Amino acid sequence: MAQLTRRTTDLLKPFSAALSSTRLLTTTSTTPITVETSLPFTGHKIDPPSRSVETTPQELMNFFRDMALMRRMEIAADSLYKAKLIRGFCHLYDGQEAVSVGMEAAITKKDCIITAYRDHCIFLGRGGTLLECFAELMGRKDGCSKGKGGSMHFYKKDSGFYGGHGIVGAQIPLGCGLAFAQKYSKDENVTFAMYGDGAANQGQLFEALNMAALWDLPAILVCENNHYGMGTAEWRAAKSPAYYKRGDYVPGLKANGMDAFAVKQACKFAKEHALKNGPIILEMDTYRYHGHSMSDPGSTYRTRDEISGVRQERDPIERIRKLVLSHDLATEKELKDIEKEVRKEVDEAIAQAKESPMPDPSELFTNVHVKGFGVEAFGADRKELRAVLP
Amino acid sequence: MLGIIRQRVASCKGFPALTLEQGIRVVASQAYSSNSKQMTVRDALNSAIDEEMSADPKVFLMGEEVGEYQGAYKITKGLLDKYGPERVYDTPITEAGFAGIGVGAAYYGLKPVIEFMTINFSLQAIDHIINSAAKSNYMSSGQISVPIVFRGPNGAAAGVGAQHSHCYAAWYASCPGLKVLAPYSSEDARGLLKAAIRDPDPVIFLENELLYGESFPVSAEVLDSSFCVPIGKAKIEREGKDATITAFSKMVGYALQAAEILAKDGISAEVINLRSIRPLDRATIYDSVKKTSRLVTVEEGFAQHGIGAEICASVVEECFDHLDAPIERIAGTDVPMPYAANLERMALPQVEDIVRAAKRACYRSN
Repeated sequence: MAQLTRRTTDLLKPFSAALSSTRLLTTTSTTPITVETSLPFTGHKIDPPSRSVETTPQELMNFFRDMALMRRMEIAADSLYKAKLIRGFCHLYDGQEAVSVGMEAAITKKDCIITAYRDHCIFLGRGGTLLECFAELMGRKDGCSKGKGGSMHFYKKDSGFYGGHGIVGAQIPLGCGLAFAQKYSKDENVTFAMYGDGAANQGQLFEALNMAALWDLPAILVCENNHYGMGTAEWRAAKSPAYYKRGDYVPGLKANGMDAFAVKQACKFAKEHALKNGPIILEMDTYRYHGHSMSDPGSTYRTRDEISGVRQERDPIERIRKLVLSHDLATEKELKDIEKEVRKEVDEAIAQAKESPMPDPSELFTNVHVKGFGVEAFGADRKELRAVLP
Repeated sequence: MLGIIRQRVASCKGFPALTLEQGIRVVASQAYSSNSKQMTVRDALNSAIDEEMSADPKVFLMGEEVGEYQGAYKITKGLLDKYGPERVYDTPITEAGFAGIGVGAAYYGLKPVIEFMTINFSLQAIDHIINSAAKSNYMSSGQISVPIVFRGPNGAAAGVGAQHSHCYAAWYASCPGLKVLAPYSSEDARGLLKAAIRDPDPVIFLENELLYGESFPVSAEVLDSSFCVPIGKAKIEREGKDATITAFSKMVGYALQAAEILAKDGISAEVINLRSIRPLDRATIYDSVKKTSRLVTVEEGFAQHGIGAEICASVVEECFDHLDAPIERIAGTDVPMPYAANLERMALPQVEDIVRAAKRACYRSN
């Protein structure tokens, strides 16, 4: 299954170790289970899909582990930032993991994803490694962008992840362009262009959506509505915060973004729609525990009660934990063991990333162009530092 | 590319002392003046796009009126009929949207040619040009390349007023990651546009509306479908020994006219057609200034932080000992473009301005 194959074999070892005791024989790990989404879907100019979602024990366990990994990674990034090993901007995704994990369960690596700057977990979901994440965050050469991008510029083109963009809203026309190219190339795949409730008011979204609709592009616009655009609550920024309806003539679907199965169902539904009928908007009702970035405490425009309330009532990992336990797929201890392993995996990746050197000074001048024609480029003191662009 | 011209140089009699590069330029300018056929810049651009679309199915066109209207300035005439609506896309009037869509398509591996009806409108899309296109290859450490061309008429037309007459060469040319080209003749238009479309990096291709209808001689080499002009190499349009004049786009024509007038007054001016604003062919400029010791830079755009300013700084850094006079800059007047014909004329460089500046550089008062 897709989720398993993209990890190292380490994933399989602890999993089978956890299962060595009693339940969940491997012969039943692909037995279909039906799960009901926590809430119904709401449709705009479209009939919503059913709340019943097909899954398997394998997938449930994968959801748990993958989200636990993402959660752990983001918490660790918080510490690294406070230790000043990560510099500049750092936008954390903890709370929103279900959107990435649910989406990946519905699609393939030939489908494309593009997002804004809250991209660490999306990158991981697309098959990126922890080492590539942490090394990039710390500006080391083993980072996914060899240390030259930073937190907001993770890419993994070979599995359809096109970044990682710092300018709010820009990724939406870019995503529609990816969908354009997929249609042009007759690829039968779709693009998920992700954006937040803040970006949902950008003019270029409507420009791109208009063209996507005119040309029937297989573009799925996914609004991760965490209810705050930086420090501004949605009701202060949007006259109409029903983002799934904002496409007007483009159908929309709203799903509970804290429920990985709702996300999976919505994305599956959207992919089928987009391939036949052109663009559709998905609104994922989600929440971020951290502030907008590490420079924002996140508590000046939200109450601590609200944040802890969401954590208690709607946490995506807790939802899966309850499902796993209620379906008897693992014990509480086994799940805690998985979380311990995940923590260990993250710690090891951080240790390895810390060993990775900073990029060689010669890398300052590489990749400016694909084809540089041997042109000269200059440093701050042009008499002192110059290079030839290959 | 220059293969055919190199062969001609090798067998070319009478220029044994020249270096290969100089020889190529001489032969090219000979070919230029040998009058095989005349072609308008418009037809040159159209044929270049046509040939590149024919050669590579990944090349597609996008822009306002490029299809059914046959192009606002008829540059894309006939291409919708020939290639169909799956290769030629008429867009709504939404530059930010379609520039972004073009860049996204380039990320995926297609080769978009995006037309801005004038480069003035590219400002609506400038975030995509700079932040989504120019910087992506660098930020991704080579994973995401952007083989896109943004093209359109740049600078002043005739009487179109302040918002439609601005030259943006300096704006784009300051940005690492972009290539900025500015053709003058039909040969430039064909060769540079073909090179731009084939180039794997984002290219800003600055045309000029008033040049579209001008005819230039084109040789058989230029008409060949493999013809390309190298990016990053300037062309010596006219050899001279007393003063160097650099120019690009329409100003090349003005510089050549100025050189004619100067010749009658005993000043032999060397006219350099920059062709490539970024990368700038500094070597050609330095060689010329080392020969003439005097420099006049000419551009339509504003002087402050302009192309001439960059050339001046560069030449002072590298050729200081060779200069016999301060460098002269001829540029657009420091005002938004006025509409009235007399004021518009005063707002743009004229041939007499270039002549006067060259004479000043030669310490001639008349």
